Amino acid sequence: MKIDQTRDNSTLTLALEGRLDTLTAPELEQAVNANLEGLTALVFDFAKLEYVSSAGLRVLLSAQKKMNKQGTMQVKNVCGEIMEVLDITGFSDILTIV
Amino acid sequence: MVQRETTVDADFEKGPYLTSFMEEMLEPYDPSPKAVIQVSVAIDEIFSNVVRYSGATSIVVRNQYDESTGMFSMAFIDNGVPYNPLDKKDPDVTLSAEDRQIGGLGIFLVKKTMDNVSYERKGNENYFTIYKKMK
Repeated sequence: MKIDQTRDNSTLTLALEGRLDTLTAPELEQAVNANLEGLTALVFDFAKLEYVSSAGLRVLLSAQKKMNKQGTMQVKNVCGEIMEVLDITGFSDILTIV
Repeated sequence: MVQRETTVDADFEKGPYLTSFMEEMLEPYDPSPKAVIQVSVAIDEIFSNVVRYSGATSIVVRNQYDESTGMFSMAFIDNGVPYNPLDKKDPDVTLSAEDRQIGGLGIFLVKKTMDNVSYERKGNENYFTIYKKMK
């Protein structure tokens, strides 16, 4: 998976490309945790993401909990296959999908 | 019926190989891209579960594809401790972010996206098999 990071003051956009799974989820967790200080808006761009497994959901949940305390979190450009995973697991209710 | 088998070490790093192993086998039959993605997610969930919990040293993966019905099956056979992930209670997917537990979510996802899943203990081995229509 490739993570393209764009930080603009207090907004961080993480554009993901490839597969968010057991092997790659720790990289995403690290990218989020390294940027938390002063962050008030976190945006995940899934335009080039192929799929998400539960290891990726765990990272998204943990990021959501952290951002609940300090700002907002959005997930954008979610494809049909990933949306289905978010619907089945109830994550479409937890996350803000735009 | 086409059948293919491979053996891998119980190592998270082998996950992508198992995904390519499935993709390459099915590629000539023009499978539904959505079904391929769903099976890929299932491979990540099942394989990581076995590596994490079974204590197995190696895992045999046996793929079968029936051209006439479009049914694909993938059996994960490991020599670890008896472990049936289907015994796990389904997670409550209606809880808020704060109350959410992530345990059990992967197998739940597999159960919901595959056409069938089965578990058997045979001798000293766990057999976990997923079935998915690829057409």
